[in-house]
Amino acid sequence: MKKLLISAAMAALVLGGTQAQAADKLKACWIYLGAIGDMGWTFQHNEGVNQVKKELGDKVDTVFVENVPEADAAGPIERLARDGCAIIFTTSFGFMEPTLTVAAKYPKVMFEHATGFKSAPNVTTYNAKFHQGRYVQGQIAAKMSKTGTAGYIVSFPIPEVVAGINSFMLGAQSINPAFKLKIIWANTWFDPGKEGDAAKVLISQGADIIVQHTDSAAPITVAEQQGKLGFGQSSDQIKFGPHAQLTANVDNWGPYYVRRIKELLDGKYKSGGQSWDGMAEGTVAMAPFTNMPDDVKAMATKTYDDIKSGKLDPFTGPITKQDGTVIGEKGKPLADGDILGMNWYVKGIDDKLPQ
Amino acid sequence: MEQFYAIAITIVGASTPLLIAALGELVVERSGVLNLGVEGMMIVGAVTGFGASYLTGNPYVGVLASIIGGIMMALLFGFLTLTLLANQVATGLAITLLGIGLSALIGESFVGKQIERLPSINGLDILIVFSFILVGLVSWFLFRTRFGLKVRAVGDNHTSAHAMGFSVIRLRYACVAFGGGCAGLAGGYLSIAATPQWVENMTAGRGWIALALVVFATWLPTRVVFGAYLFGTISILSFVVQTMALNVPSQLLSCTPYLATIAALVVISRNKRVLRANTPTCLGQAFVADR
Repeated sequence: MKKLLISAAMAALVLGGTQAQAADKLKACWIYLGAIGDMGWTFQHNEGVNQVKKELGDKVDTVFVENVPEADAAGPIERLARDGCAIIFTTSFGFMEPTLTVAAKYPKVMFEHATGFKSAPNVTTYNAKFHQGRYVQGQIAAKMSKTGTAGYIVSFPIPEVVAGINSFMLGAQSINPAFKLKIIWANTWFDPGKEGDAAKVLISQGADIIVQHTDSAAPITVAEQQGKLGFGQSSDQIKFGPHAQLTANVDNWGPYYVRRIKELLDGKYKSGGQSWDGMAEGTVAMAPFTNMPDDVKAMATKTYDDIKSGKLDPFTGPITKQDGTVIGEKGKPLADGDILGMNWYVKGIDDKLPQ
Repeated sequence: MEQFYAIAITIVGASTPLLIAALGELVVERSGVLNLGVEGMMIVGAVTGFGASYLTGNPYVGVLASIIGGIMMALLFGFLTLTLLANQVATGLAITLLGIGLSALIGESFVGKQIERLPSINGLDILIVFSFILVGLVSWFLFRTRFGLKVRAVGDNHTSAHAMGFSVIRLRYACVAFGGGCAGLAGGYLSIAATPQWVENMTAGRGWIALALVVFATWLPTRVVFGAYLFGTISILSFVVQTMALNVPSQLLSCTPYLATIAALVVISRNKRVLRANTPTCLGQAFVADR
């Protein structure tokens, strides 16, 4: 419906109804993959936009288009570029190519693409170090699991997802070296029925902690129903699992969006780079540590603080890969490129990574 | 044993919405109407069911509301295709798109809300039991009652049926409404019993699978059961195989339910005589009474 209203508004703009617009306001625009109602990925981006509205609302107009399919993204992006957006954020990995294509045609418009790896003079990529939160989750899981097994529901074998699995496993192994991980590739970002079924299967196979890198709240709901534990995804999902959620990675895009738009307003904006914020910048936040005893909570809080302050890096070498080879120097964190292009499992995971 | 049961009940849960929606569509197609709006009716049923459960606090009221939601969409489809004689294929697609958008609109305030789940005993709930009763009812109705005979007659040759004095349009309206009710109920199963929650687009294409099952099952209720359960079983077993780390590519496992179900149903339906006897000849054709 909102999409419809926006289209209508755009049509009005095209028809020459621009005089009503406050000319001195900067127009910032977003392209969403899903619906705001997904309570996960897109919801969190929209929370970031809400923060922009709250903090910069007197200087900035915000516009978003939701439910944009990755394959047809070029059209909506170009429409925004033509309609006077000064900066356009495209918020899914699959928007990378369309963003670059449109950006080449509109060199004066600034583009920001989330989670990709290709930039251009007017295209900045931004991502978050979600794997930092996964490490904390792994440690909690190893402490809380009675069976020593967690079930991990994942979407697609892209580096971000693989790095999350590895970081989780490294965290778990730091507590219990024999920790086991059962992995189900759902091959979808969003299908509540399927994700819930995957969680049920994992529980039947002995997992008592459910982890997910898919977007719906179905897995944590299943954990709640079956008296197991789990982690929320993207957003604090405690209301779906009041007795099940241990914590959740919370994607907190607000500070980044506010910072970038402020820079643009102040003329300090630099484009073309790659931004990769984490806990230190507040982009990767964690929901309160719940449903765990005080000692586990204390451990989790300490790990979180250590990662945030830079004292601890989940990917500190040497790390043994699944095939036995070793990567990284002793005591030194892996290079960013190794994590952003991660296509291997750490030792101890007995799943085979789809290639 | 316990593990086996847990997997079995997950399979039943995954198959039930497909079975219910497919049985409804089977009756619709038997009457000669091709309804591509199953997905849209399903998602509207999911949201009305969830909404009513949330507002009244009673999941059974939700079940009823999901059926009504599906029927409302079906009646709209019926009005467009049966009364206004719009193209069935295009209208069905439009109903699906409308349903997805409309449900998102209706459901905006229900996202993230909690409802009481439909009660179940060891994972078995009333809708699972009902889905099997429905198989019996549909078979009995279509092949053992006079009314069912009329439905099949209308689907096979609406001109003759009309000449014999049957009310083609009225019968088709009844079937379309029944199909919509089933689709809505299937959606309600997902939002009230299976997950239970409401999120946009949560049916995720199950309506289309139900639609395909009907065709591959050559419009026979018992084969629909087989198809729905085969699909559900392989979907869940592919997860089980993944947890065993047998090094089978997960992409391959993800497409096996589709491949296996199509293959199996094509094999059991290869008898041309059975196929011809059961295909509704007037499927998808608009009917205009010439006198």
